[in-house]
Amino acid sequence: MLELNLLLIFMAVGAIIAVENHNLLSSVIAVGAVGFGLCIVFLLLGAPDLAITQLVVEILALIILIRATLAKSVPETYRGRELHSYVITVVFLVAVLAASFFAFQSLPKFGYPIMSVAQTYIEEGLQRTGATNLVTSVILDFRAYDTLGEATVLFTAIVGAITVLRLKGRKKLSEEDKA
Amino acid sequence: MFVYLSCVVLLLIGLYCVAVKKNLVKIIIGVAIMEYAVNLFLVVLGYRHGGTAPIIQAGLKDPLFVDPLPQALVLTAIVIGLATTAMMVAIAMRIYDRYGTFDVTKIRKLKG
Amino acid sequence: MRVGMSPIVKTVTRVAIGIIFLYGLYIVLHGHITPGGGFAGGIILALVYILYVLAFGKEEAEERLSKSWASALESLGALMFLAVALAGFAGGYFFLNVLPKGNPGEILSAGLIPLSNLAIMLKVGSGLFAVFLVLITFSVVIRKEEE
Repeated sequence: MLELNLLLIFMAVGAIIAVENHNLLSSVIAVGAVGFGLCIVFLLLGAPDLAITQLVVEILALIILIRATLAKSVPETYRGRELHSYVITVVFLVAVLAASFFAFQSLPKFGYPIMSVAQTYIEEGLQRTGATNLVTSVILDFRAYDTLGEATVLFTAIVGAITVLRLKGRKKLSEEDKA
Repeated sequence: MFVYLSCVVLLLIGLYCVAVKKNLVKIIIGVAIMEYAVNLFLVVLGYRHGGTAPIIQAGLKDPLFVDPLPQALVLTAIVIGLATTAMMVAIAMRIYDRYGTFDVTKIRKLKG
Repeated sequence: MRVGMSPIVKTVTRVAIGIIFLYGLYIVLHGHITPGGGFAGGIILALVYILYVLAFGKEEAEERLSKSWASALESLGALMFLAVALAGFAGGYFFLNVLPKGNPGEILSAGLIPLSNLAIMLKVGSGLFAVFLVLITFSVVIRKEEE
């Protein structure tokens, strides 16, 4: 799968650019490129549902990030000494990478999944639910509890975001210093 | 094995960004990269060589499908990732309004 | 960026909004036949409203569809999903698919699945457009105080 490997390298390079760039607008655009690369990888892996959803979610995330934070004319990042000694961080990350190399020896080889539960869904899906899209029949009929849980999480996150940005009770720091 | 390891590399790049950077918007970008890496890993686990998308069509006889179960899990995870990114951006805007900066070291020093 | 964008963008937006709305509705309604479903379609419908806000400015867009509509539609979507779940009790247990399943490949098939898709579309679409509206209101107020 040559295209898959090339796209994965592209995504890794885009992520490194997004992390290390000093201009905030360039970082946000690089994260957008990583998301679009992920959408094409989903198409190559045989998941068109996920490709459509990832594309529109990526566009919406880009709009929110650009419109809401960069409208304040703060395009530069803060230079100077970084938060923790980054030698320790890099050593820890390399240790995690080495440990995961040993852990992945017990996974099945890429391209030959085990599919013990999904075999039932594929064979009986059309007859028991009547839907030809097997992914929809899994999320809305066989595993509808998970979709109910997801609807609850979505509702909670949106209520949280709206509550944080209420406009009553905004006090700037200078007013509290005077009081 | 190269595909699995590149998912872990993407996750570690996002983790490095969250742990080391000082700007709050960069931390949000790091969390978004970690979410992409985890979704990618789940879908990669379900791929089958020579398989097609799991949609039954009228003319095919005895097709080979990829695994539909990880795709169902990742579909809801993508939308939840968007909602948490929106909430983090809302909190970041509130912090900027109160303290006047996005720098996390200065936010610690000013006590309300 | 005070009152929207140039007249070229406004003219193209007036034409494009109808087409994008129809496309989002198509993806939701055919969710059990072709790829797509309620999540992707709901986000496309939220993007229609966001396009209107970005092209025409916030005040004019808020006359058409205000924030109280958004909260009403989101609650309606959540309640409809729960109603579909509880309707399964008519057959035996929670979340059972009780309506008859027609011929595969038509829109009116697969029992309760199209209704669930519509409920998810209402919930996801109106939730995300409420978040965007609140973010825009906040940044407009910030910029007005800085001037």
